Formats: sequence, C-alpha cells, structure tokens
Amino acid sequence: MKQTIFEIIENVPLTSSVFKMLLKGDTDDITAPGQFVNIKLDGLFLRRPISVCDCENGILTLVYKVVGKGTEKMCGMKAGEKLDILTGLGNGYDLEKSGDTPLLLGGGVGVPPLYMLAKELIKKGKKVSVILGFNTKEEIFYQEEFKALGAQVDVTTVDGSYGTRGFVTDAMKDKEYSYFYTCGPEPMLKAIYSASRTSGQFSFEERMGCGFGACMGCSCHTVTGYKRICKDGPVLEKEEILWEK
Amino acid sequence: MGKMSVNLCGIEIDNPIIPASGTFGFGYEFAQLYDINVLGTFSFKGTTKDARFGNPTPRIAECTAGMINAVGLQNPGVDAVISTELPKLKKCFSKKVMANVSGFAIEDYAYTCEKLDKQDQVGWLEVNVSCPNVHGGGMSFGTDPKAAAEVTKAVKKVTTKPVIVKLSPNVTDIVSIAKACEDAGADGISLINTLLGMRIDLKTRKPVIANKMGGFSGSAIFPVAVRMVYQVANAVKIPVVGMGGVSTAEDVIEMMLAGATAVEVGAANLIDPFACRDIINDLPRVMEKYKINSLSEIIGGAN
Repeated sequence: MKQTIFEIIENVPLTSSVFKMLLKGDTDDITAPGQFVNIKLDGLFLRRPISVCDCENGILTLVYKVVGKGTEKMCGMKAGEKLDILTGLGNGYDLEKSGDTPLLLGGGVGVPPLYMLAKELIKKGKKVSVILGFNTKEEIFYQEEFKALGAQVDVTTVDGSYGTRGFVTDAMKDKEYSYFYTCGPEPMLKAIYSASRTSGQFSFEERMGCGFGACMGCSCHTVTGYKRICKDGPVLEKEEILWEK
Repeated sequence: MGKMSVNLCGIEIDNPIIPASGTFGFGYEFAQLYDINVLGTFSFKGTTKDARFGNPTPRIAECTAGMINAVGLQNPGVDAVISTELPKLKKCFSKKVMANVSGFAIEDYAYTCEKLDKQDQVGWLEVNVSCPNVHGGGMSFGTDPKAAAEVTKAVKKVTTKPVIVKLSPNVTDIVSIAKACEDAGADGISLINTLLGMRIDLKTRKPVIANKMGGFSGSAIFPVAVRMVYQVANAVKIPVVGMGGVSTAEDVIEMMLAGATAVEVGAANLIDPFACRDIINDLPRVMEKYKINSLSEIIGGAN
C-alpha cells in the first residue's frame, strides 16, 4: 500500500451517471486486477474505495458511478486537480487459475475491474469471453473497449433494449468456459454462484472504514473463517463463500 | 527525559502519542507502512475472553467530520491474541504495548486481564467499560459508578501492571464514574470512547448500520472530549489519557493542557494511516511555536 498524490488528466462521462477518470501518479503498488484505491475527498471524512479499471505506465483509470456525496464530488473535478489516494489495496483476482477459456461476468458498475483482468488474461494468451450486464441500453459502457482488447463480448439488458434480454446468467447458460471471474451487485453474484458450472472468483463490495485491514469494518464470514473484504478480499473464491443475507 | 516524553502510570514513553484501540489492529498492518516504534505505545484491538465476529455489516457510516462504527469487538479471543498476535507484534514493535480488554461479565474482565498481565510485551491494561456496541454488555459497566468500580477492583485483584479504565462519554456525570474507578484502585483513566450515534439512509429509509446505532468518532467529537478530559483530570489524582477526535499535533497539545498525560489517536488512523507518525514528527514544530520546552510540563496547564 502506498499513499500518493495523483493528478487528474481527464474526467469524462461515459453514460448519464458513469464517469471515467484518468490519473497520473505512482502506481507501483497496484499489482493485480481487481484491487482498489481509496480516495480522500475534501469535506468528506472517510475515503472512498473505487476499483481499479486499468493501470499502465503510471496512468490509473477509474470508472465510477455517481451514487452518493463522494462520487458526486469526483464527477465535478477537472483535469489538473490533485487527489490523495491510497493504492494497492485488496488482494485482486488470481490469474493463475483461469484455464484457457475464462469467462468474465460484470454487472453495471462491477464491469470496470474486469477490464484490466481481461487485458492481463489476453496478454497471457487466454481466450477471454466477457458478459456485460446492464439495466438498459443507455447504461452500457466499455463494450467497445473490451472488444478492442480482443475479448469476445456479449451484452445483456434487463429490459431487452440491447443484446440478450435478461441477466448475465441468461447469457451464461450456453457458454463453454474453463473458469470464471465476476464483479457486480450481490443478487447477481448469488445467481452466478448457483448457475456456474466451474470454480471461479467473486469480487465483493462492503462499506469500509479504512480500506487497509485495520478497523474490521467490512468483515464477513467465509468457509475458512472471518475475512476482511478490504484486505483479505475483495476477491473471494467460490468455494470459500458463505452467503449471509 | 526527552522533551516529548511523559510518564504514564510509572512507565516512561518517548512521546504521548498512542493509536487508540480498534483503529490500529495488532499493529502489524501499520508496521508495513512505517516503523511503529516511533509511537509512545499503542492500544491493541479490544480483546475478550472468547473469539468474537462482532456485528453484522454494514458496520460503518460516514458523518460530517466523523464516522460511526458498530464493529462489535471483533477479535480472536485472548488465547489467540497471546499465541498468535503478540508473537507477530514482537517482530515489529519492541516497546511495551497497551492491552485493551472488554468483557460481558466481571469474571470475563478478570480472566482476560489476568492472562494478558503475564505477557512481557504488555505494559498497561486498558479496561474498556464503555463499548456502546454490545447489547447488555460493556455499556452497563461504564454508565454506573458501582459497576465500573467492581470491574476495576476485580481486575486489580488479579493483575500487577497499571490498570487504565476507559470510560464512556454516554453518561450524565463522568466525574462520579472516574472517581469511583480511582477509589477502586485504577492507576489511570482514559476517555472518551465513542459517542452513541445513528444515521438513516434516505433512499432505503432504514438505519445505515445493521446494528442501527454505533459509536461516533472523528474530529467532530474533539470538543466533547476536551471538556470531559478537563472535568475528569480536575477531579482525580491518577493520570488521564485523553482521546476523541485528535488528528493534529495542535489537538495533542490542547488535550494535554486539558489534563491528559498521554493522548490516543483513533479515527484519524483510518483516514490517514500515517497520522500518528506525522503528528509525532510535527510536535516539535508546534511545541516551538507555543514555546513549550517539555510536554510533561503542560499537562493540565489549562486548569
């Protein structure tokens, strides 16, 4: 973990509520896709955890949805402004287990961390399939970016306005895959847990205090004991998950 | 004695800065970031007789200039603390640590404290009679002078090291509780624990925290803490450890002027993991600015 000052290079909307922010700074501690950063924002007490969408050559890409005070503040920031960020948080996805044909499933704002994952897997010569789930056509983002990486991309929308009608699990049925990776809302994760035919990894969200394992604010039960989503997660393996709620 | 050193219940510490229990784990998360031996000491994660998972999540809520937590004393239990956590800590912290203890019955406190008292690494026992998160648990001890005194007596009977009783601010008369602990043999008082608070989510119309209520901490509570430290320090002869919303070297000086011998830093560690190191580094500058030669001289200076 590192505390670093980043400079915003670009901050643009991708949809009416999802923004992409590019930042320049020391990204050395970001070592795996699926990790997150924790951002200090003026006037807010707790830092805001945001997953890493991409990280290359000292440029950090964050894709975030405006859902509260923190992200509202972020979306109004301009190029040149600086942010105090803790980087290299969380375990991230384990690429070693992917097999040759991994399937990546992202729902809404759970899509961004899968981008860097797809990129890394493709670099390793894996044949990557991606299913991106959104509510409506208007909410779709990053479809073209995944395609540009060379991934095979399917999109689902709940209202059927684009791609397959329904949820990511509807598009998952006919897929052949060696392993899967997912990130998204908990009902989606649960559905994938039941529908999946192989082992896989799930990225979880929780309200956090510190984001680096000190406060026990985001603990959960697992098969192997208590885990902190921020430090021992956010990625858990299918076999260790205990659904609580 | 160095200019920043203070004597806390018979043990000299290099400086008065002590990360507060529950914000610093068992130290080693922070030891990866900086040499934690720069600290005066630190108070480790509240430990109970048996292992506890704590409360359901969400356990954390944002507030203006602060936060609410309802972790609920998650810890591995005293035996695992002694067998696993303390040996790990030994590798990165060579000073005496403050052992923070909670319980749900007087016998629990005595049991846990007796075991921790025997550990060489432990310098002080900080007995938390104030955690507001556990139903029918710690709360009642800290809000009743008699119960607080009984816990103090029971712990003192089975321990040899200084016992610092950590008090809740969620009471009408903090002085009577502090005095009861002093009369029962406490070697020090630390305060304040968190203030009982609550947030409600406008979208769901439900409490943000699963436990509904939790402990409010952060810079917003600093004036309440200064007031209570001042009141207690004026009423007791034993050392007082001040805490509550401390986040700068100036806050440390203010807390010491109110009567604190040492100062705990809590929520600030969660926002800025380097907070305590930075406060220690900044103290000489602030001391010079306010013409303070030695920190031990200013304790209770506002009284």
